[in-house]
Amino acid sequence: MVPIPHFLILSALLFATGTAGVIISRNLIIMFMSIELMLNAGNLAIIAFSRMNNVVDGHVFVFLILTVAAAEAAVGLAIIIMIFRNKESINADKFSLLKR
Amino acid sequence: MTLEVVIFYFAAAVAVAGAVMMILQRNPVASVMYLVISLVAQAILYVQLQALFIGALLIIVYAGAILVLFLFVIMILNLRGEEFRNEKHRPGRAAKIIIPVVFFLEVVAIIKQLAAPPAAGRATEVAADFGSVEMVAGRLFREYLFPFELTSILLLVAIVGAVVMAKRDKGKKEEEA
Repeated sequence: MVPIPHFLILSALLFATGTAGVIISRNLIIMFMSIELMLNAGNLAIIAFSRMNNVVDGHVFVFLILTVAAAEAAVGLAIIIMIFRNKESINADKFSLLKR
Repeated sequence: MTLEVVIFYFAAAVAVAGAVMMILQRNPVASVMYLVISLVAQAILYVQLQALFIGALLIIVYAGAILVLFLFVIMILNLRGEEFRNEKHRPGRAAKIIIPVVFFLEVVAIIKQLAAPPAAGRATEVAADFGSVEMVAGRLFREYLFPFELTSILLLVAIVGAVVMAKRDKGKKEEEA
């Protein structure tokens, strides 16, 4: 059996990768996918803890998080479509409405 | 090195490599494909943790539905990634990597501390049907029935919100014209 901390470190690595994606990328869609990746990294940690403590409740939480992720994806992509319609671009550098 | 350990390191490497390739792609379609690869590897890890049902759900819901939605949006917007051609030359790009690296090192330090006693972190034996559909559904429809029903309202709100935002604003168009 692989020790649980290995899964936790992998989860942290995936989360850090997602953070890097949000910070580095200028493409709204790739930023959004990085956020999904961060959600999944959290899910992996929850599943690992669930296995460690021998309770299945963590699986229920992950189930609910997957539902939230689906809802979030639908709304987020609708926002991206709306932004593209108004600005003809999904480059995050070009949105500075709140700067002025 | 048992087979389990080999599978773990293989799946972990694929998951991380897929994630890194995802954020480095300029073409969003390739990016989605790399995320699918990463998710399938993560599903393997879920199965290793005896979360069979959630692992299957991850592939069906994420790779099957959510990422297809991403592909649809990319198709609708007709993106080619040319917009981001000179992205590589932007200043301060390398410096930004520091934030996730520091975060990762911090979390690893915390995990190291938590897992310091030899007994901690060693997974105990679990029942053979741990993580099966029956077991998860048993919890979901008894203890967590109310949150489960609430998710249906959440999804309804999300559908209505997405439709309202994504449809063309006819009133506004007429005003402009």
